[in-house]
Amino acid sequence: MNNEELIYTKSKSMTQRETHYCPGCTHGVVHKLIAESLDEIGMVDNAIVIAPVGCAVLIYDYLALDGVEAAHGRAPAVATGIKRVHPDKLVISYQGDGDLLAIGMGETIHAANRGENITVIFVNNAIYGMTGGQMAPTTMPGQKTTTTQSGREPDDVGMPIRACEIINTLDRPVYIERVSCHNPANINKAKKAIKKALLNQKEGKGYSFVEVLATCPTNWGLTPKKSYEWLESTMIPYYPLGVFRDKEE
Amino acid sequence: MKNKILMKGNEAAAEAAVIAGCRYYFGYPITPQNEIPEYMSKRLPEVGGTFIQAESETAAINMVFGASAAGARSMTSSSSPGISLKQEGISYLAAAQLPCVVINVSRGGPGLGNIAGSQGDYFQATRGGGHGDYRTIVLAPANCQEIADLTLEAFDLADEYRMVVMILADGFLGQMSEPVVLPKPSGKTFSKEWAVGIGNKNKVASLILSPEDGLTKHNYVLKDIYDRVEESVIKYEEYMIEDADYILCAYGSSARICKQAIQELRAQGIKVGSFRPITLWPFPYKELKKATEGKKRVLTVEMSFGQMLEDVKLSVNGTIPVDFYGIPGGMIPTPEEIVERIKSYE
Repeated sequence: MNNEELIYTKSKSMTQRETHYCPGCTHGVVHKLIAESLDEIGMVDNAIVIAPVGCAVLIYDYLALDGVEAAHGRAPAVATGIKRVHPDKLVISYQGDGDLLAIGMGETIHAANRGENITVIFVNNAIYGMTGGQMAPTTMPGQKTTTTQSGREPDDVGMPIRACEIINTLDRPVYIERVSCHNPANINKAKKAIKKALLNQKEGKGYSFVEVLATCPTNWGLTPKKSYEWLESTMIPYYPLGVFRDKEE
Repeated sequence: MKNKILMKGNEAAAEAAVIAGCRYYFGYPITPQNEIPEYMSKRLPEVGGTFIQAESETAAINMVFGASAAGARSMTSSSSPGISLKQEGISYLAAAQLPCVVINVSRGGPGLGNIAGSQGDYFQATRGGGHGDYRTIVLAPANCQEIADLTLEAFDLADEYRMVVMILADGFLGQMSEPVVLPKPSGKTFSKEWAVGIGNKNKVASLILSPEDGLTKHNYVLKDIYDRVEESVIKYEEYMIEDADYILCAYGSSARICKQAIQELRAQGIKVGSFRPITLWPFPYKELKKATEGKKRVLTVEMSFGQMLEDVKLSVNGTIPVDFYGIPGGMIPTPEEIVERIKSYE
């Protein structure tokens, strides 16, 4: 580039691999926010990402970090083992809604309750993406999935679980925030939250939890644009955005 | 005179792990192995280690997964129902070639069963237990000294072959107290260039979707390791087999009872010896075959309906009759019962 000034480039924390994500899926956005945050806090070479079972199972192919793949729901336990061995490394537990709130609820709660000095990034897209669109613990009432074909019926399967609110009942977590990535303004807020959660860990402050409301156009049966609208109109009223806890404040 | 310490089998296992350099223990309480987590909760902080009482057996084995992926010597312990819960993690550890030690102080089953020692977990321990095509090295101690020695060695075997090594004891062995001479560390060191957190940008994973034959190739990598283990890691004990007409085949607690029966039978002029597998996987097939050549009969004795019996039959392969005596559900066969069974062959 001759006289041009470089103002934007791909994060050093990302590999050159193309992702396998569907058009309109927000996993790639969340990956990028993590990568840019690691660049900015200078931890590119000192971070370990734990891949969940779910669509993000190959996250270690896209983030240029150490990567460990956990069994379904066990990421916080695996993160605990790694962090206790390498307290000076950043350990990121990246999890979806089935992973974090269904099969891994026990691991989620207890890692948070111990106040493990890790960062949990929770991608909530209200459906099981990888397995083809079954009901998640966060599926909205009336939402059609392949296992709730007439729509989620709360009288039968209960209401969606709110993760931040549950984590917020525990004493040890230092930072809990719910963000969204359905438009640029919210992506900017999500970036700030993720960066703060990683910085907290770097500074040894303790357990940080960021829930990111995300889309799954393929399994929602919507176009990418419609899926951003659906997230805003249907998910955000039930999953309010904002800081639930920040022990610094 | 060596320094002998009176220790419970469970305590001997825990201290041997510390001597082996294990600094990360994760477990969940279950009888009859609670002395292991209790000992570790006090001992590990003294040596700069980490003890976590996990929220479940499942979480505990996955914490082991994390610590092992991070390159540390790590261990968990449990008893039968808890070992069932750990099988998911053991399969993942095997797939990702992560070394660790798992101790099963087994109890009566199935289900919640009871808390007495039992040998009903042989199939689970030696046939994989979890899903998929994999093996774990299984070591079966028969006294407190051996619990200490084998636990120490288990860490070296785990690191050498990058495998899960299981110590298969039982509630009697875990709870009994015997004098133990604490073993010394082997001094062996293992490079763990594959671990995360050492600056290599490594991946520890078990999902292999592509290429199409990627998983098959990986399975053959594992198979090569298992073949090497079968060549190199066979342990067993022979006792008075040279002139014996009958061979008792038993492991762990059952083998102790067999030795008592042998004394009684020999006093009555009946020549009996015993063959005790110490590695249950790899099983000493060739060695048992050799030990039973020209004998009249093998009697397999187990605290179960007969599980190792199948390996004994595979080993002897029809050359001489193989009989079974055993009792399940946390009861033990008595020396008298074994004596009677052998005398019935005369």
